[in-house]
Amino acid sequence: MALFTAAVGATVARPLRGGAAARLLLWRNILVYRRAWLVFITGFLEPVFYLFSIGIGVGAMVVGFEYAGKPVDYREFVAPGMIAASAMNGSLLDATFNFFFKLKYNKLYDQMLATPLRTVDIAVGEILWNQLRSGIYVTAFLLIMVAMDLVHSWWALLVVPAALLIGSAFGAVGMALTTYMTSWQDFEKVTLAMMPMFLFSATFFPVTAYPEWLRWIVEVTPLYRGVVLCRELTLGVPSWGSLVSVVYLLAFGAIGLVVVRRRLDSLLLT
Amino acid sequence: MTDYADSAPATPPTAPAGLVSGALRMGDYWLTVLARTWKGGVITTFVTPFFYVLALGVLLGEFVEADPATLEGADSYLAFVAPGMVAAHAMTIAFSEMTYPVYGMVKWQRIYFSMIASPLTASHIVLAQLGFLMLRTLFACGVFLLVLAPFGVFETWWGVLTAWLVQGLVVLAFGTPVLLFSLSIKGEESFALIFRLGMIPLTLFSGTFFPVANLGPVLEKVAMASPLWQGVNLTRMLALGEIDWALAAVHVGYLGLLAGVCWWLAVRRLGERLVS
Amino acid sequence: MISARGLRKSFGDFEAVRGIDVSVRPGVAFGFLGPNGAGKSSTMRMICCVSPPSGGELRVFGMDPAKDGPKIKARLGVCPQEDTLDVELNVYDNLFVYGRYFGLPRAEVKGRIEELLDFVQLTDKAKAKVDDLSGGMKRRLTIARSLINRPEILVLDEPTTGLDPQARHVIWDRLFRLKQAGVTLLLTTHYMDEAEQLCDELVVMDQGRIVAHGTPLGLIQQHSTREVAELRFGVGEHEALAAKVEDLAERVEVLPDRLLLYSDDGEAVIEAVHSRDLSPVATLVRRSSLEDVFLHLTGRTLVD
Repeated sequence: MALFTAAVGATVARPLRGGAAARLLLWRNILVYRRAWLVFITGFLEPVFYLFSIGIGVGAMVVGFEYAGKPVDYREFVAPGMIAASAMNGSLLDATFNFFFKLKYNKLYDQMLATPLRTVDIAVGEILWNQLRSGIYVTAFLLIMVAMDLVHSWWALLVVPAALLIGSAFGAVGMALTTYMTSWQDFEKVTLAMMPMFLFSATFFPVTAYPEWLRWIVEVTPLYRGVVLCRELTLGVPSWGSLVSVVYLLAFGAIGLVVVRRRLDSLLLT
Repeated sequence: MTDYADSAPATPPTAPAGLVSGALRMGDYWLTVLARTWKGGVITTFVTPFFYVLALGVLLGEFVEADPATLEGADSYLAFVAPGMVAAHAMTIAFSEMTYPVYGMVKWQRIYFSMIASPLTASHIVLAQLGFLMLRTLFACGVFLLVLAPFGVFETWWGVLTAWLVQGLVVLAFGTPVLLFSLSIKGEESFALIFRLGMIPLTLFSGTFFPVANLGPVLEKVAMASPLWQGVNLTRMLALGEIDWALAAVHVGYLGLLAGVCWWLAVRRLGERLVS
Repeated sequence: MISARGLRKSFGDFEAVRGIDVSVRPGVAFGFLGPNGAGKSSTMRMICCVSPPSGGELRVFGMDPAKDGPKIKARLGVCPQEDTLDVELNVYDNLFVYGRYFGLPRAEVKGRIEELLDFVQLTDKAKAKVDDLSGGMKRRLTIARSLINRPEILVLDEPTTGLDPQARHVIWDRLFRLKQAGVTLLLTTHYMDEAEQLCDELVVMDQGRIVAHGTPLGLIQQHSTREVAELRFGVGEHEALAAKVEDLAERVEVLPDRLLLYSDDGEAVIEAVHSRDLSPVATLVRRSSLEDVFLHLTGRTLVD
């Protein structure tokens, strides 16, 4: 079923010369996407579709919904969940499928490492690109929320950096995992991890729907932290817990980046 | 070392006598493909739909007002959403099987070109491919329905059985246009677009998760024109046991016509691609 | 087996085949020699019933491809220019499913696969994935696949293009055995050595037309001298020097990198060149080949 199946067409290699910064990689990705602008624009639609369908269509039948002790509109509850989930999905798809393709098939990075670029530049460059795109998507989504009168607090502005944090963290971890993959069959496992996180991380219903023991498990998953962080911001009720989520996601992404650097060194610089 | 020689008395190779006998010659091809690929599809075919039912039907369903008046006659949200998801699942299979795999057979591996060098023609190839798609979908949806059965969301056994068979029609109504699309495009970037602008909005707005009446009078009509709504509504009527037979006939006619026209066009398009 | 009269093929404004007459007798290895774009592959595709002729008449086994395509294809073996193997299936399965397309019983296909794998020397690769095979092995597998129905005519479009010399020799050896076993071979090539090695009879095609027809040896005798003297001078000098040696040979061809002097005694030509105080960087005397025939007929080289 449609779980943000952002099946992005495989990107095409373009030779790049000289320069010594991750920014070049970013520029390369922009060049590639410039020729696929329709793919770029439509990439932002999926969370919007979910918001309209589940948030509004199903939301019309949801009654007596409460969050943090206050009654809230179901659509206001779902919208931030979609921001966090789409930040994860977009990053993970890029960091797994597209990254794998570049790594294994079009040998883009081998060509880049023949230049003064370092492996860490490659990792950071890829994530920067993901986040630039993700930032545009989130901002557009936030504008839609404002237009639909789903935002009532200035805290909501912080949801943009929050989404970027979620995306970067998942992007780094996704890339780290991709370096261990050997065939396309392994991506079944990515789906197996993404899909339940998307469905069960309090995106569509509060954690209180779970029994106590299950609730604890859900609360320590990275997407849950992201969803709660975004929700506290768009609903304008940040807490110390928000800070915990930020630290958690920072650590999660940092671990991913360290691993990806080591792995790329050993895969590409042999 | 044996050379090329007529050792054993051979059955002479022949042109197929008819459409079906020709398509059946491809049975072993599709079985071999299945033996190679079934593992890759286990999660998307069986686990994903189950998780959706659990997350949206059961858990979110707790928060949805269970009023048969607003749920098209269902007495719980789960009972409402489950048949919709079955039909949406059939559609998803059509999209995933008729996009990249088909494109690869035209463009990357060019397997269709090897098939056409044998006595088989485009009509045989399309019949075998869609026949296999249908069997595969019936199996996947059959398992899905069996999993749903213990939740007590079905009214009658014959209703479920008919709903199951209906999925064969639903998958053809989507499989044939998507096949036609995949045979017609120039580059694979177009797939991202039909997933994002076709499959996903269809899944989300065709009465699968909420009654199309919630869309407002204008958009409701638009949603009702979508083939998925036709399939979802037909499946739901059968599962809930509240059948408007005239409407059911319209649904069957709509889906059958769509499948038939696109089938015919797909055979022609494939012929043009392979024979020039 | 095959006869064509005034056969034409056009794609929109482009005329790929401009009226050719061909007749192929049973048991013959028949070649179409010509550069890329000469219309060879289009002709093959028409014979294989996957490209309707735009004009003229074509009969394969006495049948019309437009009407009896499937019946003709049941008796043809086709080895296309680009491999169309299912790279995700293994070697054995590729052959098995293909045999089934011809309406052959499973047991018979299985027996046939054993024979064919042996014939193309891939028996120990039966369970290997096609993706892991070398280019030469893939080509041999494609040939084995095209033989699964014991075809009366085997059509090979550029059978060794893109292969290394060693792999080419293996393929030529297998094709030669097929020829001896009485299979009619129809092949296109732009390699003159391939045409000389394999073909009993060939036509030279250029720009959609047949420009010559005969046996390899006959064509050489008819359109070229016995020997050729090749002279290589400094870059850019060839055009100017051609006039100075013109009278030494029956015919002189100027190529960008050398001069070709056609004569029945090449050594004598070289001596005469030296006696005129011309000092080529390198010289070579060789026998005439189909390459020379093509050059003479069209003024162009085969491989460009």
